[in-house]
Amino acid sequence: MSLHNDNKNLIETVAEKVEQQQLAESSSDGFSRRGFLKVTGIAGGGLVLAMTMPSIPSFAQTSNDLESTIELNAFVRVGSDGKIQIYAAHPDIGQGVKTALPMIVAEELGVKWEDVDVLMAPIDDRFGRQGVGGSTAIPRNFQLLREMGASAREMFIGAAADAMNVPRDELKAENSRVVHSSGKSMSFAELAKLGIQNQPVPDPGTLKFKDRSEYTILGSSDITGIDNYNLVNGNPLFGVDISIPEMKYAAYHKCPSPRGKVVSANLDDIKKLPGITDAFLVEGNGDARLLLDGVAIIGTSTWAVFNAKQQLEVEWDYTTASKDSWTDMVARAEAGQNQLGDQIVKEVGNVDNIFADAANKTIQSHYQYPFISHICLEPMNCTADYRKGENGVDDTVELWPPHQFPARAYEVAEQVFGMKKEQVQINPVTRVGGSFGRRVYGEYISEAIAISKQAGVPVKLTWTREDCMRHDFFRAGGFQTLKAALNPEGKLVAWQNHFVGITVGDRPASGARLRDVEFPMLNLDHVKGTQTTFNIGTPCGPLRAPSANATSFVVQSFIHELALAAGRDHLEFLLEIMGEPRWFEPDNDRSLNTGRAADVIKLAAEKAGWGKTLPAGQGLGLAFHFSHRAHVAEVAHVSVDANKKLKVHKVTVAVDVGPIINMSGARSQIEGSVVDGLSGMVGQKITMENGEVEQTNFHEYPVLRIPATPEIDIHFIESEYPPTGLGEPALPPLVPAVANAIYAANGDRVRHLPLTDQGYSV
Amino acid sequence: MPTYSLKINGTEQQLEADPAMPLLWVLRDMLGMVGTKFGCGIGQCGACTIHVDGQPMRACSIPASALVGRDITTIEGLASDTNLTALQQAWIDLDVPQCGYCQSGQLMSAAALLESKPNPSDDDIDAAMAGNYCRCGTYVRIRQAIHQAAASKTAMFYDATEKNQEDLV
Ligand code: FES
Ligand code: FES
Repeated sequence: MSLHNDNKNLIETVAEKVEQQQLAESSSDGFSRRGFLKVTGIAGGGLVLAMTMPSIPSFAQTSNDLESTIELNAFVRVGSDGKIQIYAAHPDIGQGVKTALPMIVAEELGVKWEDVDVLMAPIDDRFGRQGVGGSTAIPRNFQLLREMGASAREMFIGAAADAMNVPRDELKAENSRVVHSSGKSMSFAELAKLGIQNQPVPDPGTLKFKDRSEYTILGSSDITGIDNYNLVNGNPLFGVDISIPEMKYAAYHKCPSPRGKVVSANLDDIKKLPGITDAFLVEGNGDARLLLDGVAIIGTSTWAVFNAKQQLEVEWDYTTASKDSWTDMVARAEAGQNQLGDQIVKEVGNVDNIFADAANKTIQSHYQYPFISHICLEPMNCTADYRKGENGVDDTVELWPPHQFPARAYEVAEQVFGMKKEQVQINPVTRVGGSFGRRVYGEYISEAIAISKQAGVPVKLTWTREDCMRHDFFRAGGFQTLKAALNPEGKLVAWQNHFVGITVGDRPASGARLRDVEFPMLNLDHVKGTQTTFNIGTPCGPLRAPSANATSFVVQSFIHELALAAGRDHLEFLLEIMGEPRWFEPDNDRSLNTGRAADVIKLAAEKAGWGKTLPAGQGLGLAFHFSHRAHVAEVAHVSVDANKKLKVHKVTVAVDVGPIINMSGARSQIEGSVVDGLSGMVGQKITMENGEVEQTNFHEYPVLRIPATPEIDIHFIESEYPPTGLGEPALPPLVPAVANAIYAANGDRVRHLPLTDQGYSV
Repeated sequence: MPTYSLKINGTEQQLEADPAMPLLWVLRDMLGMVGTKFGCGIGQCGACTIHVDGQPMRACSIPASALVGRDITTIEGLASDTNLTALQQAWIDLDVPQCGYCQSGQLMSAAALLESKPNPSDDDIDAAMAGNYCRCGTYVRIRQAIHQAAASKTAMFYDATEKNQEDLV
């Protein structure tokens, strides 16, 4: 097959952009603030206007539902029965945005939730940025969607003012009606029939929003997932459920050592297998994020192609393949961990003087955490229908990509196949079976396009579990050496971190760098942060709460070590480090606020009964970690027996993400993050030798099951700050909370993960 | 290609398929019944759980041809028409799903549990549900939903027999 290779000037690949975006969104440094301002700059002006201007004639979708409804703005339509249709424009990957975001619109509109139909939005520029990641769906869209709801509400109010011949300011919208101060009211259904589409679209600058005390939808626990009925009945919702006419099933086999090149395969034998219609080699471009070499197998069922895949005999050329070895990485990192790194990330005051002062107590510890995998339960898949153009007409491709940023498929098609946007039709999928940062890369989309193009038939490409586990973009393993000094009063006075991180293709892997704003480095007079990186070939990428998911373990465990060394209570010691209430980074209201931090720390401690006496072999562990603009503290209550069998009884979580949008969904994200954090720390570890990932399926990569699930007790501080997202930030504190609780239970300090490597079991 | 017939959700289905093809792929790719999910293919995740004669089994690991003459129930057959089972209703009411991908399998394992133990203890739930992995970590709510469904089933039974209470004592 031919590849479009003249795109070297497209410096940023899709994945890089996504990663940069995620980093920007998840971090709280100056760079991200500029990005944020840029986005709100647009959202506050032109974008909103474009979105509130009805565009019925150009709207492409033509179902009956749509024909019989009136568009009030990009996100809202009303039917003659008064039912409101709200578009869900963002992929629901399990984080609940398909329910939570329409709730924001509905609240401002004044419609009863029962009168709302949530529709899947097509992929279209008019919806703005249709992507999710970095726990940003709520903070990015809250204001925009309020405006959509308020704008539509004002059109109803205008229609009612005309019909009742009363001033607008005597009217308000509630329960799907516009109500006059006299008590007289008209339903949305009645108003929809009175030419509501002729009402002027209000200027976004004039819109007023409800006060929190008036909310009837936002913050509700009673509103449950919009697709729940379809889910419990097994209806088709996922990318992997898609079926299109003439579709064949495809599998793709890549070199077990990433970037090995395909030389030949027993294609003739494969083609003779039952149910196999075609098999061929695919030439990639050497970029794991776009398209790697492999062997494609096409057939009449997924089973036929999976089965044939097992019988493949492929000759690979390993010259360009990854040679990574986890054993070597550990040896290399350990050899250098007592030195400082060659890259200085931060230097304030003089740590060496403080460490040299004999009056101070100096403590040093090495921490280590492994590569881990995303293991989304829905395997990577994509359906593609590539059509060759005839008579000078361009080729086209229609795609169904389960992805965090479906519109990235345009860029993938351009970068790999040289296709223009007009040649590509992207269809949204109704739900995505988990993502956790995995589905930000486009390689499974390219693979589906390449296979459909070469085979000349529409295909549904499905990865096997083994493909998903071995060809992931892993959370990079890391090694951090922390050193700190306590003065004679037991106060933390100096902090040093040497971070041994990973680069892939000379770019830092997601989360594998030391951030200069890492807690508590901004809070101290003597700080040194240094970094060493080594380059590897294993693809790495963002995984739920990138950076924070590992650094929380290191930093918050070490703070506990320091509290113990100082002979002080961990809670009191942590609150002292927080200090006076203020934004951790001056003038950055997306940064850690030490007052909000102290409040959640105190709340979690109080609710968990911090300080109570527990039986021998049990312990409480506390941790706080700030990420994704969220302040989260957790206390774990554990038992550990003499054989290091661990039972996590209960995790108490205190969270401040501002007002909660969907209470049930918010709690779900926290419950899921606690389970995910525990699952990862207990037994998960990806290793590779000679570039080849050694784990292939769940029997070699243990996941947490229902018996080991703790009770999870959740408390919110619904502060007045703007609402922020919860898909990630409840995960990071879990890991150190459990590690600290283990210490409290048995005196064993866990500095290397996973726990099973240290002899623990659950 | 051999033909055989399978009884799925009460309906006989004629099939022409490789006898070695697991039930999972017969359901998904040949019959278009995609509620049963693929997660691992090796019996480790439970996403493909179905019932064979009321017993929970992993559809990825049984050749469909071995099930001739048996009663197969899939997630699509759990509700009768639009009447949800108490379990499905509890799943909706307690908002169990996150991504939802594992939930067909979770429901099928839970339904089989309630068939054999109408009032399961936490230990019973652990034993019956440990084979069903949920990547999103919905376990807390799965447990609650099973208890809630069990309670509502018992309540229904109790209501129905209440008028006979006098006869019983
Ligand atoms: S797909 Fe059958 S148990 Fe995982
Ligand atoms: S709800 Fe996502 S895997 Fe269970």
